[in-house]
Amino acid sequence: MEKVLMKGNEALAEGALAAGCRYFFGYPITPQNELPAYLAKRLPQAGGVFLQAESEIGAINMVLGAASTGQRVLTSSSGPGISLKQEGISYIAGSEVPCVIVNIMRGGPGLGGVQPSQADYFQATRGGGHGDYRTLVLAPASVQELYDLTALAFDLADKYRNPTMILGDGVLGQMMEPVVLKPSEEIERPIPGWAVRGKRGGKAKLITSLYLEPEALEEHNLKLARKYEKMQQEVRWEEYLTEDAELVLVAYGTMARVVKGAVRRAREKGLKVGLLRPITLYPFPSEALGKLAERARGFLCVEMSMGQMVDDVKLAVCGRAPVSFYGRAGGIFPTTAQLLAQMEKAMKH
Amino acid sequence: MKIASRPKCLTKEHFSYCPGCTHGIGTRLVAEALDELGLIEETVGVLSVGCSVMLYKFIDCDFIQAPHGRASAVAVGVKRALPEATVFAYQGDGDLAAIGTAEIVHAAARGDKITIFFLNNAIYGMTGGQMAPTTVEGQATTTTPEGRDPALQGYPIRMTEMLSTLDGVAYAARVALNSPRNVRQAKRAVRRAFEVQQEGLGFAIVEMLSTCPTNWGVKPTAALELIDKQMLPTYPLGEFKVPEGMKKVVTC
Repeated sequence: MEKVLMKGNEALAEGALAAGCRYFFGYPITPQNELPAYLAKRLPQAGGVFLQAESEIGAINMVLGAASTGQRVLTSSSGPGISLKQEGISYIAGSEVPCVIVNIMRGGPGLGGVQPSQADYFQATRGGGHGDYRTLVLAPASVQELYDLTALAFDLADKYRNPTMILGDGVLGQMMEPVVLKPSEEIERPIPGWAVRGKRGGKAKLITSLYLEPEALEEHNLKLARKYEKMQQEVRWEEYLTEDAELVLVAYGTMARVVKGAVRRAREKGLKVGLLRPITLYPFPSEALGKLAERARGFLCVEMSMGQMVDDVKLAVCGRAPVSFYGRAGGIFPTTAQLLAQMEKAMKH
Repeated sequence: MKIASRPKCLTKEHFSYCPGCTHGIGTRLVAEALDELGLIEETVGVLSVGCSVMLYKFIDCDFIQAPHGRASAVAVGVKRALPEATVFAYQGDGDLAAIGTAEIVHAAARGDKITIFFLNNAIYGMTGGQMAPTTVEGQATTTTPEGRDPALQGYPIRMTEMLSTLDGVAYAARVALNSPRNVRQAKRAVRRAFEVQQEGLGFAIVEMLSTCPTNWGVKPTAALELIDKQMLPTYPLGEFKVPEGMKKVVTC
């Protein structure tokens, strides 16, 4: 297979094109700018539409409109912009319209900085906007995964009629790695029956999140809850040297790569440690962690935040083993030596 | 001879508008124009937040319900993905002229080929009569109990005139729904706004001055007169922009 050297943000864009996405609406924000720049060139060549909106609010509502016609639609941003998109994401989830939303995370809160971060985990995995809803959340850890998981994101969005979020970080978006691209093929994707395209001889259709009758709104919420339950089967994760691990580290995205390197070093030093890397953050690999909790003596969650995913790790481990946490912020990655020190500390407990 | 009938695409649902409100006239005019131009089968409407959110019950076409103020952005998304469809949004003055100003201004500036109907009744109707950006000077509302004082609450916004200055706008008109003559003129403007989209000429907006007897606290007949007395001095009727080669259809 031929490999191409690509930037993460561009690989994601290429993955979207390969998945048959022809519509992009967005607003500039660092560190995801290479993605719209790439699509601004490529989408018109592919017969699609690239539109720079007046704001993230404008962009997400254009996504709602375009995706309601049954097409595959993409938008991308970073933390502050994703906050603005949350209103629209809530409506899209409530109206059960599939689309893919990319968050190449930067540090917050507020304007924060433009360096990589994982501080939007709560926002991504708890819905993020108002009302009871969830988005599927994928967490790539390499440029290849940015390409591959983008196709999966569109498939899952279609399968569940639900927004899917790709949660990356600034390093992942900006770094270059070799990528194996799929041979290009025309995707035959029929327009779904629920799409609004003018009734054209059929019955009028409505895309809405409005249910004024209490019973109807409760029924809608119960239906969504059943859907989220069904989504649990999509859980994906990677385990590394966990078979005999006494301490299991849990990390996702770029941080998982740093941790993997540290786990390798720890093994060389004779420490029985392993890594569980969630690939889907929603659904979260709780069962896999629960199984490891039956024999592991402890867990160490490492994040580029002050501790968010660690809450889900604790829920999954459910008191069967101690869960410790190590986090960095501001775009700072821990060194291998620092991680080794954290592992030794956790194993002493 | 048949001189009047229910528009074919108007459903049998009872309007949810308050008795005496002219909103129903605006709804009917849109339905009549869609029928007459033969567009109903290829139309996608966008619902805004306000009294207009129930429009899907009254006009028999595809609809998407948008977040408050975002109807024009949703309409842009539909039209960009489905250029062959007729796409319109139907927004109130709170939706379009307050929370949705960014979306409407940029849809207009880009010349997005959508049609906007803008119901201006100078008040927030559905939430119970609060000051709108279009509330006229001296008008009492629940949030301006002493009347709108420009020194405190600023001045009403003339959205249609503002938008007409943008190059992307092909058609911009203001009409009123308070007399048979004005309604006939309104009808011509509504048709024209769809025709402009059919011709692919650019963004089209028709502002309709409408009553809100419930929240204005007056009888329906008095409300019709208030449009003449209180709204017209701030909001003159007319076409502020007409595509080259098209005749004006609204006479002031």
